[in-house]
This record gives sequence, C-alpha cells and structure tokens, in this order.
Amino acid sequence: MARITMREAISQALMEEMDRDPSVFIMGEEVGVWGGTYAVTKGFYDKYGPKRVKDTPIAENAIIGGAIGAAMVGQRPIAELMTINFAFSAMDYIVNQAPKLHYMFGGQIKVPMVIRAVGGGGRQLGATHSQTPDVVFAHFPGLKVVSPGTPEDAKGLLKSAIRSDDPIMFIENATMYQIRGEVPEGEYTTPIGVSKVQRSGTDVTIVTYAKGLELSMKAADQLAKEGIQVEIVDLRSLRPLDMGPVLASFKKTNRAVIVEEGWKSYGIGAEVSSRIYKEAFDYVDAPILRVAQKEVPLPYNHTLEQSALAQVPDIVAAVKEVMK
Amino acid sequence: MNKEKQLQMYREMVLIRRLEKRGAELYQAGKIGGFMHLYIGQEAVSTGLVAARESRDRVITAYRDHGVALNCGISANEVMAELLGKATGMSKGKGGSMHMADPDKNMWGGHAIVGGHLPIASGMALGDQYAGNDNVTICMFGEGATNIGYFHEALNLAKIWGLRVLWVCENNGYGMGTAVERASAVSEIRQKAEGYGMKNSRVNGRDVLKVHDAAKEALDYVRTKSEPYLLEVETYRLRGHSMGDPERYRTQDEVLSRKENEPIRTFRKQLLAKKTATAKKLDEIEAKVDIEVQKSVEFAESSPEPAPEALWENVYVE
Repeated sequence: MARITMREAISQALMEEMDRDPSVFIMGEEVGVWGGTYAVTKGFYDKYGPKRVKDTPIAENAIIGGAIGAAMVGQRPIAELMTINFAFSAMDYIVNQAPKLHYMFGGQIKVPMVIRAVGGGGRQLGATHSQTPDVVFAHFPGLKVVSPGTPEDAKGLLKSAIRSDDPIMFIENATMYQIRGEVPEGEYTTPIGVSKVQRSGTDVTIVTYAKGLELSMKAADQLAKEGIQVEIVDLRSLRPLDMGPVLASFKKTNRAVIVEEGWKSYGIGAEVSSRIYKEAFDYVDAPILRVAQKEVPLPYNHTLEQSALAQVPDIVAAVKEVMK
Repeated sequence: MNKEKQLQMYREMVLIRRLEKRGAELYQAGKIGGFMHLYIGQEAVSTGLVAARESRDRVITAYRDHGVALNCGISANEVMAELLGKATGMSKGKGGSMHMADPDKNMWGGHAIVGGHLPIASGMALGDQYAGNDNVTICMFGEGATNIGYFHEALNLAKIWGLRVLWVCENNGYGMGTAVERASAVSEIRQKAEGYGMKNSRVNGRDVLKVHDAAKEALDYVRTKSEPYLLEVETYRLRGHSMGDPERYRTQDEVLSRKENEPIRTFRKQLLAKKTATAKKLDEIEAKVDIEVQKSVEFAESSPEPAPEALWENVYVE
C-alpha cells in the first residue's frame, strides 16, 4: 500500500489507462501546456504530446459535444470540465445527448466517454463557481455519476469509468485533492454502482459520499469519544445507486443521517431516505435527518460561506438528535 | 456521371418523395405519432451529397432525416417501420421520425436538438483524425441552426484542429416559420464561414447534379487539405416545417411558384433532354418505387410492436 493524495490517485489512473489503451485521450481547457488548472494532468503533455492531451478553446459545447462524437466512432475520450459549474454551458450534451444516444438509436450507437468535473464550495469563489450540483446529473437515466471520497476509490473508479462503454460523469472535489489515503500497489479497478462501508459502527448509519465522507469521518471520531459508534456508508456512485449496504447498515442501527455537500431540497438525502422508508420501514426508530448546504447561493465572504456549508458540528448534532 | 448512377439518384429522389407522401397519409390516419418533418422539395440535396461521398465518409443530420436515411441505403421497410414505431425499425421503434441511424451504413442520425449535432460532427471527425484515416464527416443542418452557439463552437474547433468536416447548410429559407432574413444577420449563410477563415461556396439545391458536383469538389478539398469546408445549398421545403404547421408565414403563391422548378421535375426534364433515359424508363422506375413503398407499408403494419421489456433495454451498454 502506498499513501498518496487524491490528486496523485486520479493522475495515476489517467496515466495507467492511457498507457494501457491507445484510444484513450484527454481534452479540455488548459489540460496540456498548463498542466491542468488543478495540476492533475501535470507532465501529461510532455509524456503523451498534443495528440493525446488536447488543449481546447474555452467552449464547453465543443469539448463535450466533440468528445461524444469521438466516442461514437470508437475512441475513448476523457473530457475535462475545468469546474462542474461550466457543465451548465454544456448541459445539452451531458444530459440530453450522451445519455440518450444508445437508447434512442436502439443500441446502435455507444458513447464510451468520461467527463471529469471538479466541484465543491469553500474556496471563496462566489456563487457561480462554488456549486455541488451532483444530484442534477444523477437525475438522468443513461448517464452514470460517480464521485469518490478516498484516493483508493478515486483511482479504481476512474479506471473503471475509462473502461466503461457508457458515458460517465466523474465528479471530483477541489478541496479534497490534498487528502491522503492508502492505495493498493499495482493494478486494480473499483466497480461502479457499488456502495461501501468506510467505517463500521453499531449506533447510527451515516450515508454520504465525496466531501461528506471526509466530514463524516471527522464527526465519527468525535462521536466515538462520546461513546457513539457511527457506521459510514459511502455511496461512491450516485447513479446507479446501490442501496444494499445502506439498508443492511440501517437494519442494524435503525437510525440514519444523510450528509451531502449540495443543497438539501430534492437532494441525495431525499432520495436515500425515501428508499430507506420504503424498504426498511419496520426498522425505523427515529426520523431520518439530512445535513446539507443552506438554501442560498454561496457567498464570497469566508465566514458567511463556511456558515452556509455543512460542517462537522452539524453532523455531530444530527447524529445526537437521531440518538435521542 | 454514368447513366446508371443518374438513374439511381432519380430512383432515390422519387423514393423519398413517395415514401414521405405515404408517411403523411399514415400520420393523418394516426398511425405515426410525434413530430414528423418532411423532406419533400429538398430531395436533391441529400441525394446529390450521398452520391458524392465515399462509403467510408460519415453522414450526420438533423431531424429532417428520412431522405438521407434512404440515400445511405437504409431500406424503405426499416424507415417505414421506424415511423410506425415498430420493433423492426432501425432504431427498434425507440427513435421515431427524427432519430434514424445505421452506423454500419455510415448514417449517424437523425438529431433533433437544433444545432446540437454540429459539435458531435466535429468530434466524429476528431475521432477519425485520431485514428489516422482520411474519412470525411458530412454534417447537414438547416440555416436556422447557424444562429445558435453550437454552430460557432463546432466550426471554430473544426478549423483550428484541421478536422475533416464538410458542413452542409440546407438553406430552405425558413427556420420553422421565421424567414432567414428575420433570424440571421446574413441571409447568405456561407458568409458565416468567412469569420472562421473557412473555405465555402453556394450551390443551387434544386439541381441534383450541381449538388453532386459541388459536394464532390468540396469533399476532395476536405480530404486532401485536411480542412473543413462549408457548402451552402439553396433549397425549398414544399411542405410545412412539420405535420402541424399552419403555414401562416408564406403564401400559397410562393409555394406554387417553387413547385415549377422543384428538384424531381427538374431532374426528369434534364434526363429526358439529354436523352439519358426515356420517359418510359423513368415511369418504370417510378412504378417500381410505388411497389417498394407499398411493400414497406405492409411490412411496417404487419411488424410487431416492441416487446414490453424493450422499455428497459439499451439504457446502458453495461
């Protein structure tokens, strides 16, 4: 096992897959000469050259639409969106083209494409550059949406995504590139659409993913000191959504808190709690609570922004509430 | 061009016209649903283009796609079955009128978001450039699609990366019911290519031979120079934008005047004048097409509906 950062894990996955399969290439804004605005593709341009690491114009429709076309004729493009907030400029391609073509043409066309997009708040970028709109993309059948919370999963899931014949939205969080974690040596992949218990416990189930996992782990450490043992289920994929480990955990703890970075309304918490109530109603000992972003556009001011984002104390308080 | 090829083009144009006329009847009878956009009046465009391509060249178009589907070699049976939403349609009844494709015949759809397939066309050409071949992607669209952002992003990308795309703008004068002069800063669309330093030309789309020759020249340019090219084709749609078009935006006199030199009549006159074919021969071709169309209706009507489980098929590859 090597201990590496999330950034290194993603970078390794890209490089390993580019070395393995010549049909894999990267296109996006500043992915090449610049080295990636978050330095994920640093060194790639020198290693692979302009053919396989393509700097594009600032034109999201050309980037995602272009990647779809290249995928349709047999390549495996990885299209990078500098931030997920720019996905809205290419929304037609992400939700209305890529996920539809295979179905609409009766299976004749495939779109083996990965869209890498980085999101998340907390960096004082103002309202239009700070969103976590993952759930928007997870709404659409035909698209797969993956968002890892550990370096190990980031590497394994991205490798699976690149090998998949379906269009995949791979969502990263800009504040998590520096987190470190153990990553297996050598070749491995992580299956898409499989949730995972990241911490075992007996008292309360926290269902979360990505940034929520980082925060929930910290909350669980604090709660353990007070004698509350939290079990954390990491969804990892938002579509397809694997409820198996969630339900198994809930049937053991009978209490759940759902933690997500995005807004609460119509969110992951709404979806997951509804499914728990449907599938495990007889096991419910307390109302399922949701911890999420406050329902405002994120402000620039650091203190205000932090007050709008879900924080560790919010998770601790919610767990204690369901324990009452 | 040899006689057989010209007669084949005549056959295709008549097939498009007559299949669509039957389609319109079936639509009125409630057997075809959704939106249906007829190509009647524009047949010379796709026929000339497809006749000029190499079989390895890819074609992608907008929602007015029945004609190009037939030109690319998709059978009348499959087109009619798709219109009726049957399991035997090329898209298994899941696409309908606007979404006809057959990648094996290098017909890549049938795309119904105006302008949406243009960046995809650039991407297809990118895929071919990446693979190292000299295939050309022929991307057809209406003049209405040149006012939306996709057009500009797609042309820009094609130019800066030297992608082999032949952009074919079918300028039929109206984006739905809005005349080109009311919607576009320039009504001669080829001028828009100038802004991207892209070679361009304009051709009379009522003359299938002129379309063919212009397309051939443009395809040669794109293939040998590894540069995109915009070919504007002046054409006219004789029917409404779609089946539900009250046509308040143009007069019956205007439509009637255009019928005088509509493309099939024009081509028939040319073939007779040059003695490429006799009237009897052309009548025979038309009679055979009528049988083919009739058989396609019988095939489609007798074909099965998609099975209930087809609902869940092809959402994902894996």
